[in-house]
Amino acid sequence: MVVRPRALVVGLGSALLALALTVVAIGGGEFPMTPAQVVAALTGGGTPAERFIVVELRLPRAICALLVGAALALAGALFQSLVRNPLGSPDVLGITQGATAGALVVVVAGGGTLALSAGALAGGLLTGAAIYLLAWKRGVHGFRLVLVGIGATAILTGVNGFLLTRAELMEAARALLWLTGSLDGRGWEQALPLLAGVGVLAALVLPGSGRALHVTEMGDDLASGLGVRVERLRMLLLGAAVLLTSFAAAAVGPVNFVALTAPQLARRLTRAPGPNLLASMCVGAALLVAADLAAQRMFGERQLPVGVITGVIGGGYLVWLLVAERRRGRI
Amino acid sequence: MSTLTSSAAAAAARTDRRPARARKAVLRSAGLLGAAAVLVAVLVLSIGVGAKPLSPGEVWAGLVDEGAATYSIVHEMRLPRTLLGLLAGVALGLAGAVMQAVTRNPLADPGLLGINAGASAAVATGTLVFGVTSFAGYVWFALIGAAVVSALAYAVGGGRSATPARLALAGAALNATLYSYVSAAMLLDSGSLERMRFWTVGSLADAQHTTVLRVLPFIAAGVVVALLLAPPLNALALGEDSAQALGARPARIRTAAIVAVTLLCGAATAACGPIVFVGLMMPHLVRPFTGPDMRWLLPYCALLAPVLLLVADVLGRVLARPGELQVGIVTAVLGGPFFLYLVRRARMARV
Repeated sequence: MVVRPRALVVGLGSALLALALTVVAIGGGEFPMTPAQVVAALTGGGTPAERFIVVELRLPRAICALLVGAALALAGALFQSLVRNPLGSPDVLGITQGATAGALVVVVAGGGTLALSAGALAGGLLTGAAIYLLAWKRGVHGFRLVLVGIGATAILTGVNGFLLTRAELMEAARALLWLTGSLDGRGWEQALPLLAGVGVLAALVLPGSGRALHVTEMGDDLASGLGVRVERLRMLLLGAAVLLTSFAAAAVGPVNFVALTAPQLARRLTRAPGPNLLASMCVGAALLVAADLAAQRMFGERQLPVGVITGVIGGGYLVWLLVAERRRGRI
Repeated sequence: MSTLTSSAAAAAARTDRRPARARKAVLRSAGLLGAAAVLVAVLVLSIGVGAKPLSPGEVWAGLVDEGAATYSIVHEMRLPRTLLGLLAGVALGLAGAVMQAVTRNPLADPGLLGINAGASAAVATGTLVFGVTSFAGYVWFALIGAAVVSALAYAVGGGRSATPARLALAGAALNATLYSYVSAAMLLDSGSLERMRFWTVGSLADAQHTTVLRVLPFIAAGVVVALLLAPPLNALALGEDSAQALGARPARIRTAAIVAVTLLCGAATAACGPIVFVGLMMPHLVRPFTGPDMRWLLPYCALLAPVLLLVADVLGRVLARPGELQVGIVTAVLGGPFFLYLVRRARMARV
């Protein structure tokens, strides 16, 4: 395995940035703490009150932020590599909205946290399968997949709006907060399933798939010639990416555009060809933690859900990407 | 000799073609009358369906006879909603047809390209920052938002060289960004959440007489501009150079088209929230019958798009009794599969 120094620096740098921002984020709130106090409490020092605040109240939210960023970025990197199009990421394709619809059904029906995760996973998988089948016509062509995804997103947005109007006002406020992707009030009951899901999937995907993806990006024929079983690889990795997206959506709702932006940023920072899976994960985690910090601190008393920040920034980035890609004549 | 026969043959063909063309025109005029009849039937249906169902006779009595028992139901509750649906349908159908012609793109739709979302975002800004609560204030914000986003979508989509995929993607990006922004505005001001959460899915339910009257001038102006654009748009369909050779000015046509789309979409969105896919579906549904000639396509769209919107609204009222499904949701769920069908077709129809 070739280790590129630049990729290593980018990965380590963004990982450190993500952790540093996490410590700052944990320190903020009703009971402000210095970074030193936070680190002390995390490593078992400090007063019992500090330990309780940090470990029980604020750490789960921080872990959720890190994991969701990493999971979405990994899913986005897998999708973009397999579809061979920077725009083929799960948020553009409607997977996120599908997972959201599944979870929203559970919210309206008044189900618990576990049912909500199950609903999101079912919704994401169903949407992924539906999009793949609808886009299938003698093979899946990248742009058709993207367009089918846009159509699916439009339908699902309508469905989600409907589910929102079905709910009572109290539930609707909660559902809307969740619909924009929020980290507010995340406890260990959200963080633990996320940790387990993302941990298992990342452990399955990361070793080995990097090289295979790298080869597949050169074309299906060449990859088959080099001994990669292309269709099987594609199905497995797309499935894993859909699950990663759904786990993230189950925990915090649809956080838009991290999956699109993080791999693109990672690719530009590392200047390495190929899927850049690990670097993307680190960049995604840093991105999400930074966006969450901004959402908490930038608007004074009011706190915005993190999804709003990533939506506005990521949407702007997508517009820029469209203009830039066109200038290079790629679209 | 040969030139003589060929010119004679051409003349014969011309005389042959003339009756054929006349027959086609008669057929299309008859179709237009039929479309108008269908529209009237759907208007009666929309007034008749509700918590207290009314027969067509009762609807007529309620419309004209002040003493009738149904007068207040028809005039106070059902009529404004139906008229608003009529206006919004005309507006969205024409806007879709004009956009598809100008961008020469089969996937163009005011909802899909984010123009309706732009109007929503501007209205949200108006309520949040400037404290606008009346429709008279809404509509100006909606128009500004629609104008800015239609220009933006056109520019990001690549102007003249836009491909269907690029334009759809530009719209998706704008839509997502604006949607996030509207959510933020709603969350920052909890008072507006209750009102806006119904408005943002697109609904005719809150229609009042005043809303209809206020939205009417904007939509009427948009309709006039759109219908006047039919011949120049026909010229533009031949391509930039041919259009110029025919005396059309492409830049001016495009500007006029953006004005028309802005007026139509901005006013419709201000009145009933963002409604997707009506503008996308209608031109495709009527084109097999009218052909690409905008002089036929636009009137057909104007008559049949409100049929689609009102049927969607009636469906929403019937399917979800005793509550109702907002019309924007019904059109999204009906129109989405249509969009997928268009995408799946091997070669996208040339517009």
